[in-house]
Amino acid sequence: MSARKAILQVKGLQTSFFTDDGVIPAVDNIDFSVHEGEVLGIVGESGCGKSVTSLSIMGLVPSPPGKITGGEILFGDKDLTKLSDKEMRKVRGNDVAMIFQEPMTSLNPLFTIGNQLMEAILIHKKDWSKKKARERAIEMLKLVGLPRSEELMKDYPHQLSGGMRQRVMIAMALVCDPKVLIADEPTTALDVTIQAQILALMKDLNERLNTAVLLITHDLGVVAETCERVVVMYAGQIVEEGPVPIIFKDPQHPYTKGLLQSVPDMRFKKQRLYSIPGNVPKPGSISKGCRFAARCEFAFDKCLTENPDLYQTSSVHKTRCFLYQNQEVLAHDRTLIES
Amino acid sequence: MTEPLLKVEGLKKYFPIRKGLLSRVSGHVKAVDDVSFYVNKGETLGIVGESGCGKSTTGRMLMRLLEPSEGKVFFDGKELTSISSDDMRKARREIQMVFQDPYASLNPRHTIEKILEEPLIVHGIGNPKERKKKVRDFLEIVGLSSYHAKRYPHQFSGGQRQRIGIARALMTNPKLIIADEPVSALDVSIQAQVLNLMQDLQKELNLTYIFIAHDLGVVRHISDRVGVMYLGKMVEVAVSEKLYDKPLHPYTQALLSAVPVPDPNFVRDQILIKGDIPSPSNPPSGCTFHTRCPFKMDVCTKIVPKLVEVEPGHSVACHLYGEQAQQ
Ligand SMILES: Nc1ncnc2c1ncn2[C@@H]1O[C@H](COP(=O)(O)OP(=O)(O)OP(=O)(O)O)[C@@H](O)[C@H]1O
Ligand SMILES: Nc1ncnc2c1ncn2[C@@H]1O[C@H](COP(=O)(O)OP(=O)(O)OP(=O)(O)O)[C@@H](O)[C@H]1O
Ligand code: SF4
Ligand code: SF4
Ligand SMILES: [Mg+2]
Ligand SMILES: [Mg+2]
Repeated sequence: MSARKAILQVKGLQTSFFTDDGVIPAVDNIDFSVHEGEVLGIVGESGCGKSVTSLSIMGLVPSPPGKITGGEILFGDKDLTKLSDKEMRKVRGNDVAMIFQEPMTSLNPLFTIGNQLMEAILIHKKDWSKKKARERAIEMLKLVGLPRSEELMKDYPHQLSGGMRQRVMIAMALVCDPKVLIADEPTTALDVTIQAQILALMKDLNERLNTAVLLITHDLGVVAETCERVVVMYAGQIVEEGPVPIIFKDPQHPYTKGLLQSVPDMRFKKQRLYSIPGNVPKPGSISKGCRFAARCEFAFDKCLTENPDLYQTSSVHKTRCFLYQNQEVLAHDRTLIES
Repeated sequence: MTEPLLKVEGLKKYFPIRKGLLSRVSGHVKAVDDVSFYVNKGETLGIVGESGCGKSTTGRMLMRLLEPSEGKVFFDGKELTSISSDDMRKARREIQMVFQDPYASLNPRHTIEKILEEPLIVHGIGNPKERKKKVRDFLEIVGLSSYHAKRYPHQFSGGQRQRIGIARALMTNPKLIIADEPVSALDVSIQAQVLNLMQDLQKELNLTYIFIAHDLGVVRHISDRVGVMYLGKMVEVAVSEKLYDKPLHPYTQALLSAVPVPDPNFVRDQILIKGDIPSPSNPPSGCTFHTRCPFKMDVCTKIVPKLVEVEPGHSVACHLYGEQAQQ
């Protein structure tokens, strides 16, 4: 069990988009915490709400059409959803920082790497001299393993490869020692040999600087390799949560099970892949019952009419499936006996 | 031994780089640089490699959607690279392609029926009634229903659109399907559906596949043999078990060790190769992997290693192997 303190708590978060086609409940009442110094993964298929979750934490949901419509996001005793834009800008970078899938979208092509890094530093360290900021910038480039860091300060983003740009983004995110780093598909646009470098770097920084990392990905391999705990999302909800070794060995939710079985494994050839029938639903398209019911081989009557809760099936494991409703009671009894 | 259905010899594609006002050619992108391989009837040859290594360019040249700069392609005994473009159009009835993004390749203003019927019309197959029937048959074969025929591409999910892309490729009863990243844009749960479909169709219709992808797990799953490309060259080709269990080329070894495995208990020696992939417009001398290779020797910077068979069914282009063959 993790005795580590939760530093970021997401409670009952609801984020919706108000579009001409109606309201899209992209993130629908999700709860999870990021613990000090851990690497937590959020995994799920396209459109399940991973990015909207991270944008909500960062206060960057495009509005309109998006809006946080419920819940709270606690960082220490601050509720990030209640902060003003100005206060939120202070939180970003200082407390919580983020890197995106495509570094080019967050680097300005017109300014040098050095320029952008120093600016990121000086926003938060207003009393620092330019020289000090420059030294810090070079130090950060070295930290993320970029060679010839002094020269790199003068380079423009387009002169760098994808992997190098992603390293610059990580350097930029870490300039002010944030407590939490949110990485939304940081390696999806990269080749595997470069991905391996970046993931190794993130793990190394996590260990050395004790920065908690919220790693968002659709790749179960990346989760297995990098994360301690994982949250599995489906159609805007969390369907399972627990330590990585447990989820991969004994997944409970039928969706998690299916997902794990449907990934081809490079180490051996499966005769036939397991495949989950049907399609990934659009958020809001299922109004009643379990959102996975139409694709679930275990679905029974209740699944079509009632909405399962996220049941606590052991002290570290949660599952949103009626098949585990009784286990929650058992787990609850056990904790009563143990306490 | 079965005669290969497709054979490729010394295939090259050099794209000119133009500079300045007069658009003078200042250099070449060596997108595909002297690639040779074969595919047997009924088998799947996987082609893997990282972004920009020349996989798509290779695939497109096989169908002459792109004219090779050099080299020969033999299909079913015929040399495709020497026939007229008219004859090539006819030959395309037997070689079809499936693309990564079926949406981009399906005309948004046409119904599925029209999209699927088109290749039949182009190749003058059947009368309208027969064609309509064939469209409905193939929709069912790829797991859609005949009532889908009247719908438009945007009314389908990604996985369904890829099924339509596959159905379209199958309409002319081809012998060879070149699938370029057919599942890369799909979610994992949908990807498995499409891979299973492709395997079923291969058995039922005795199809031969060239399966291009960057996902090494997917490629192992579907391929009988696998070729690994790096900077426009084929650096290793082998029966897939051999390639995955005992990779010989240092690049293949690094590539395989970099793939995250969905098993937290799996421990492996990861070979982290340093540096980035060099530009194909200015590839390193000798072995193009020498700038990143942990086993680099003097000879590697000078002499281009040839792809040689070092064990039955296992070829590799590296100076560490088959020394005599490299002289
Ligand atoms: N600006 C927007 N306007 C309307 N809907 C949006 C907007 N941004 C996101 N959504 C919707 O919210 C849902 C969740 O999107 P989100 O980007 O969080 O998915 P994701 O899990 O990150 O997927 P991916 O793996 O494709 O990145 C999607 O259905 C998406 O269509
Ligand atoms: N029409 C073109 N003109 C100039 N260069 C090109 C052209 N098409 C491709 N290239 C270059 O040729 C090289 C090989 O490209 P190709 O698309 O074959 O790679 P790929 O292996 O399919 O990569 P990916 O995995 O990204 O699809 C790349 O460097 C690319 O930039
Ligand atoms: S609640 Fe029912 S439909 Fe949903 S995952 Fe569990 S068994 Fe399947
Ligand atoms: S030829 Fe030399 S540089 Fe190239 S892969 Fe082999 S050992 Fe490495
Ligand atoms: Mg996303
Ligand atoms: Mg390609």
